[in-house]
Amino acid sequence: MTHRRSLLKGLAAAAAATAVPASLFGCATATPRAKAHVVVVGGGFGGATAAKYLRMWSRGEVEVTLIERNTRFVSCPVSNLVLGGYRELADISVGYGNLGTHWGVRVITDDATAIDTAKRTVSTAHHGTLSYDRLVLSPGVDFIPNAVPGLEGNHDQIPHAWKAGPQTVLLRKQLEAMPDGGVFAIHIPKVPYRCPPGPYERACVVASHLRRSKRRSKILVLDSNPEIQSKKALFTKAFEGYKGLVEYVPNSELRAVDAASRTAELEFDRVRADVLNVIPPMRAGNIATRAGLSLVNGRWVEVDWLTMEAKGTPGVHVLGDALLAAPAMPKSGHMANQHAKVAAAAILNLLAGEAPNPAPVVMNTCYSFVDGQNVIHVASVHQFDAAKRQPMPVEGAGGVSAAANEVEGRHALAWAANIWADMLA
Amino acid sequence: MKSIAPLLALSLCLAVATAADAADPNLARNLARNLAATCAGCHGTDGRSAGGMASLAGVPQRALMEKLRAFRAGEQPATIMHQIAKGYSDEQLSLITAYFAGLDARQP
Ligand code: HEC
Repeated sequence: MTHRRSLLKGLAAAAAATAVPASLFGCATATPRAKAHVVVVGGGFGGATAAKYLRMWSRGEVEVTLIERNTRFVSCPVSNLVLGGYRELADISVGYGNLGTHWGVRVITDDATAIDTAKRTVSTAHHGTLSYDRLVLSPGVDFIPNAVPGLEGNHDQIPHAWKAGPQTVLLRKQLEAMPDGGVFAIHIPKVPYRCPPGPYERACVVASHLRRSKRRSKILVLDSNPEIQSKKALFTKAFEGYKGLVEYVPNSELRAVDAASRTAELEFDRVRADVLNVIPPMRAGNIATRAGLSLVNGRWVEVDWLTMEAKGTPGVHVLGDALLAAPAMPKSGHMANQHAKVAAAAILNLLAGEAPNPAPVVMNTCYSFVDGQNVIHVASVHQFDAAKRQPMPVEGAGGVSAAANEVEGRHALAWAANIWADMLA
Repeated sequence: MKSIAPLLALSLCLAVATAADAADPNLARNLARNLAATCAGCHGTDGRSAGGMASLAGVPQRALMEKLRAFRAGEQPATIMHQIAKGYSDEQLSLITAYFAGLDARQP
């Protein structure tokens, strides 16, 4: 009996998920129609979540193809632990296999090379051209070319490690090879950038490692911004704990770099480092531009927050770090996962000819390690404000940790395991 | 798949009929489902934890509501739930907890 009920429920969802408004079908006609097809470009926190939830919530009645260039997902959150030597890259990597076997997502390892939003097609490098009824674009960020003179093409000498993967391993190797007494300099771009607390976490985690193995070394945190951009009081406290080892330098705008000597030319200073980590200024992933989406300030995609569709380009739902953020909304993996669920729900509504949910809610949490075990968090809940037509942080909700603690060190790792599973298991 | 085509057509008719009804329990269920999905980043997809966090699926609604009320009131020690619970209305929390309570604790 329960089986029959769930079968019927599944069929109702099937109907709800069909691309053609159901009213176009004469109810007497039994002509089965091809399933709606959603193509998802980008398999990070946003795209992978969208692919899974579209299949799960439509009970398999919407076809989903995920195009992702990497064979495995590598998590940016927790990747600073790899730099500190507390984790290996394998510990923060998850394959895409379960999206296929558990959820029936067709996963294509390839580059999306072009998008024609009028014809509703995506071209790929090796898998030809795919047609879609709706497109989910979760392109992450790409670095703005030539924003830092001297940096172009020199990411081997001056790693960014701001996309987890080979760059993370490279920076780890450079830190391992750094002599005791060496200088590790991190440069932080002006906001907005991906993962606001990430650079400060990086300084702390590497400091906790150097304090044990290379006590005479120095970490310079060169921030283009006038102050710490996330969990300020807590990171200030953490930096005090690394006195003599970590030096925080605000208002440090980067003019140029020299790769051969690993030198950063700042507005008022010139810093020669043994390991130089420049996080370059960034914008929406390049495929957004190639899809013809207009970028605000040449950088970010503006969306309708009820459906996550790009302004001016209906049918294209954009997620994650690529967005022009709503007030107090960080560019984080957790937030991209939340965007994905709003988009998945709206896409199924729209395919069924229904109005999208008028009151979507998203929430964020960023856990940051201040050493190998102790963690601080920042959390917020964002409710859609109908008058402002965007999500607004709920006043009196959210907040930060009272102090760094080991309990949240365990929670941070549990969060990672759960959100990776929410995307990919 | 072919053999269920007539059923599919029938369910299309049902969907058309019920979508017109604003009080459609399916739509309300979607709202609850969407809200509950905001908890999944920590408590797992559909509240089935992958480890290290409490599972919420299949927990009676009253128990969940009592915990959330205590978090909000600062009566239950917490690192983060007191901050999260304050971000949702009573009505939203009761939709969320009803949704989790209605799920099977084990994987379907
Ligand atoms: C960022 C991670 C995170 C998110 C998101 C989150 N929780 Fe929690 N939850 C926790 C942690 C951690 C605890 C343990 C108490 C604490 O330290 O705050 C907890 C505990 C709970 C408990 C008590 C469980 C028990 O058995 O004692 C309930 C109920 C709960 N959460 C419900 C929710 C609901 C409902 C949502 C979504 C609205 C949610 N949580 C979102 C992290 C999270």
